[in-house]
Amino acid sequence: MTSDETDEGAQQTGGAREELLPELVAHLGENREQLREQWTGRITDAQLLSAMTPEEIFSEATSIYDNYVEVLETGSTDALQHYARDLSERIIPRGVETEEVVSIVLLLRDVLARSLFEKYHQDFELLNRVLDAYEPAANRIANMVAVSFVQERERVIRDQQEAIRELSTPVLQVRERLLILPIIGILDGPRARQLTEQLLKGIRAHRAKVVVIDITGVPDVDEGVANSLVQTVDASKLMGASVIITGLSSEIAETLVTVGVDLSKMDTVGDLQEGIEAAERLLGFQSVRIDDVRR
Amino acid sequence: MSGADPPLREPLRVSILAQGVYLIASIHAALDDEHFERFQHELVERIGQRRARGVIIDVAALDVLDSFGSRTLRDLGQVARLRGAEIIVVGIQAEVAFAMVKFGINLDTMHTALDLEEGLALLDQLCGAGVRQ
Repeated sequence: MTSDETDEGAQQTGGAREELLPELVAHLGENREQLREQWTGRITDAQLLSAMTPEEIFSEATSIYDNYVEVLETGSTDALQHYARDLSERIIPRGVETEEVVSIVLLLRDVLARSLFEKYHQDFELLNRVLDAYEPAANRIANMVAVSFVQERERVIRDQQEAIRELSTPVLQVRERLLILPIIGILDGPRARQLTEQLLKGIRAHRAKVVVIDITGVPDVDEGVANSLVQTVDASKLMGASVIITGLSSEIAETLVTVGVDLSKMDTVGDLQEGIEAAERLLGFQSVRIDDVRR
Repeated sequence: MSGADPPLREPLRVSILAQGVYLIASIHAALDDEHFERFQHELVERIGQRRARGVIIDVAALDVLDSFGSRTLRDLGQVARLRGAEIIVVGIQAEVAFAMVKFGINLDTMHTALDLEEGLALLDQLCGAGVRQ
């Protein structure tokens, strides 16, 4: 094939697109009821969107169908993109998976393509040109809906991570001037920073003199985590509170010594109970069983 | 209680009050390097004059404590100890403390307390109870 022929072919395709798209849109508009019916039928057959009721599927399908045709007609994806995001926001909390969304869009693409085959199957030449016009637009739409869904999902995950962070660093007062800070979960840079900020605020609010930080629930304590703990301890000390670290497991202790993290400035004891007892001694409290006092 | 502000040669942005055998220095506004130096000389002088056993420096008004400021405070602590007084820094704000550890500035050799009240209690402990009249 020479380069001339290629150019000619490309021009033809370009011309065909402009010429054929209106015809295509008209066809999809005329057969709206029937094609939508076929599509929802195939969604149900494939057991997709099982989290939604048939009525919901039907109404969402109608909106997607109309938006789909609109994209083919106007070439502008804004409305569909907006709708896809809005839809994702509604269905993600109900447990709809990415593959389901991709599948239903591909199903629609398939349903529409089949209807085009059926209409143009006598004229192979024309069918080819119709598909040339249809395929790129359909691919673009499928791509965009999937991307919107994934983006929305990522946004939800980010929000949830944020919420978990907020919830997972409580600063609790257990006695006058004694705070405990049980840390559960992975301690990364931003969380360590946020934790320190909350602790420092807590020290001022409760006028704390001793803080027990329990890291039993931190799965992995590496050099970075250890250093941020050292910073937390130093900052607390600047505000007049001493810190006791509890819950360093034997594996973690060994790792830290092997890596060579200097924790000599830190006050560490075995578990939370010992930590609270040590803190009480510092504060001049003494817990005694009532039985022992009576005796 | 010895009374009002002692006369200063010129405004120093720090007031140094005497309370029994303790001196209480409150910093009112951000100090530049020169002010920190003047403050240091002034305070060391006053420790000798008053035969102070303990000094509290209240930095609650500072929203930043840079490396020069904290070095001055550390030096002050050592000088005061040579002259027989303990120094306690009180009132470091949460944001200031956080920034200091981030930039690796420390007051390791110094005593710190949450506020004036805590500082006085700590001084009583350090200097031995009953040293206040």
